[in-house]
Amino acid sequence: MTIATTPSSAEADHQRESPHRRRSAVQDSPSSVAVAVAFLILMATYFLIPVYVLLTAATKTQSRLSQGGGLSLSTHLLSNIESLFTEDGHIFLYWVVNSVIYAVGGAAIGTLLASMAGYALAKYSFPGRELIFNVVLGGVLVPATALALPLFLLFAHVHLTNTYWSVLLPSIVSPFGVYLSRLFASAAVPDELIEAARLDGAGEFRIFWQIARHLMGPALVTIFLFQFVVIWNNFFLPLIMLQNQKLFPVTLGLYTWQSQVSRSPELQVLVVVGSLISVLPLMIMFLALQRFWRSGLSAGAVK
Amino acid sequence: MTVQGLSVESAATGRSSGKPRVGLAPVMFLLPFLIPFVLFYVLPIVYALWRSLHKITRTGGLFGAAHEQFAGLSQFRTVFHDADFRSSVVRVLVFGAVQIPVMLVTALVLALLLDSTLARFRRTFRIAFFLPYAIPGVIAALIWGFIYSPNLSPIVSALNKMGFHPQFLSSQLVLWSIANVVTWTYTGYNMLIIYSALQAIPQEIYEAAKLDGAGNWATATRIKIPNVLPAIVLTAVFSIIGTLQLFTEPIVFSKIATTITSTYTPNMVVLNASQNNYDYAAALSVTLAIATFVLSFGFLKLTQRRAGS
Repeated sequence: MTIATTPSSAEADHQRESPHRRRSAVQDSPSSVAVAVAFLILMATYFLIPVYVLLTAATKTQSRLSQGGGLSLSTHLLSNIESLFTEDGHIFLYWVVNSVIYAVGGAAIGTLLASMAGYALAKYSFPGRELIFNVVLGGVLVPATALALPLFLLFAHVHLTNTYWSVLLPSIVSPFGVYLSRLFASAAVPDELIEAARLDGAGEFRIFWQIARHLMGPALVTIFLFQFVVIWNNFFLPLIMLQNQKLFPVTLGLYTWQSQVSRSPELQVLVVVGSLISVLPLMIMFLALQRFWRSGLSAGAVK
Repeated sequence: MTVQGLSVESAATGRSSGKPRVGLAPVMFLLPFLIPFVLFYVLPIVYALWRSLHKITRTGGLFGAAHEQFAGLSQFRTVFHDADFRSSVVRVLVFGAVQIPVMLVTALVLALLLDSTLARFRRTFRIAFFLPYAIPGVIAALIWGFIYSPNLSPIVSALNKMGFHPQFLSSQLVLWSIANVVTWTYTGYNMLIIYSALQAIPQEIYEAAKLDGAGNWATATRIKIPNVLPAIVLTAVFSIIGTLQLFTEPIVFSKIATTITSTYTPNMVVLNASQNNYDYAAALSVTLAIATFVLSFGFLKLTQRRAGS
């Protein structure tokens, strides 16, 4: 589902700063502005309240939590975090580290492979180019959940299920990344530059690595970001592939705890705190990269 | 796949000169992607198709040796008569028929508002609406499961005090409680796609409309919505795919509420079948993938024909 915003939203971010386009002429009545803003605030409340509930719940003790809680903050966040990380031999720490390995590793390799392929599809003409591109594009429409089960059966043949590889290897393929990097390579890397570099005697790989890679830079961050989120959110694949708890990503780990809550109710507060802890870095990264990504784009536009 | 005029064709016209001398370079650039693509995308599809056409038979009684045997389309006949699978498909179709329009209309209204002259604090609102998308589906379901819980939820206890006693996890409501989680997660994402398309509408069109005396409403209905229709269709296609593949939210809720059976959505039926019969699970997977493709592609063609006429 993480598909198709990127070129458009990147573009929008870039254009958005063009100050108050088409705003000057029409004067809106204060009352209609007030109604519109009130509606926006109402909707923002809907989107933000669950995050707030999560935050307040994470500050409560298990016994307070099981009494219904209330929406005020309490003081037990730190002790909750401590029990979260010490529970079951630091298993939560494993899950966080695993999620980082899967998401950073998969997205980094995936971005590199996709950018090379997209560059080749944009900048070389060779027989079968369009065919390859269309097949890869078809891959965008294949839902990841449809692949999980056959992947499991194939990995079982080569005894790779229940290993890091079983989650990491499928994550390095990003057909959407190829689509994007082809768009960006043809837009951002001038043919004349490649020709000039060739005349200077640069090899094809050096041209890609030292010139094209830098010109495509902001696009590569975008591809990385989206692939990162896809892998971080991934649930079906690890659920099918992994039995060893120490290999779980954080999503699967918390799901496992939630499914044990009826037997051991003290896990409920850990699920809540764990959810908060696993969501925060992602939100921070989202906001931080949003900024980086826009500055990268405007820098690219100046060149 | 045409968003904002950035289309596949425009990629292809970034024409390379294709001089000789480059030799095997394109192959070397493509292979590192194509090898894992074939291994982890193409091969599983082929393998699922192959398995779905087979079934295990045993020679020499119940405990005899197992053989993979070609079974033609007989697995698919079983799929179509599978009552669990059929009711799960009907369930997600009902779900989608309500949830997708609600979500996309909300996304469209928010995008139009943020693009209009009426909004203030655009950046803040845009981030607030988009934020749930940064929360993994499992975590979103866990948070909402907590909010829906009759015993734990501060929201439910507040409602109780006001005299309301909603049973969010009851068998009548739970499907729509899931719909709310999905809407909450993806409205901002869809809003951003539509908003980006709105931002790309050329300035001149607005100037022409202004000369014609078009107000906010006329500009929205006559200019903005028709211009971003391709983006809306795109969000609808991805929503259809997502709905048929619905899995994460219901399976998390199945751990919280007993009202969700192990065969609640088609993907849960697949998972359930995979516990004892891989060939049948493969046939279910293939059927679901084909249905997803037919429905999303059919919707795309239908809307394109409408637009053409």
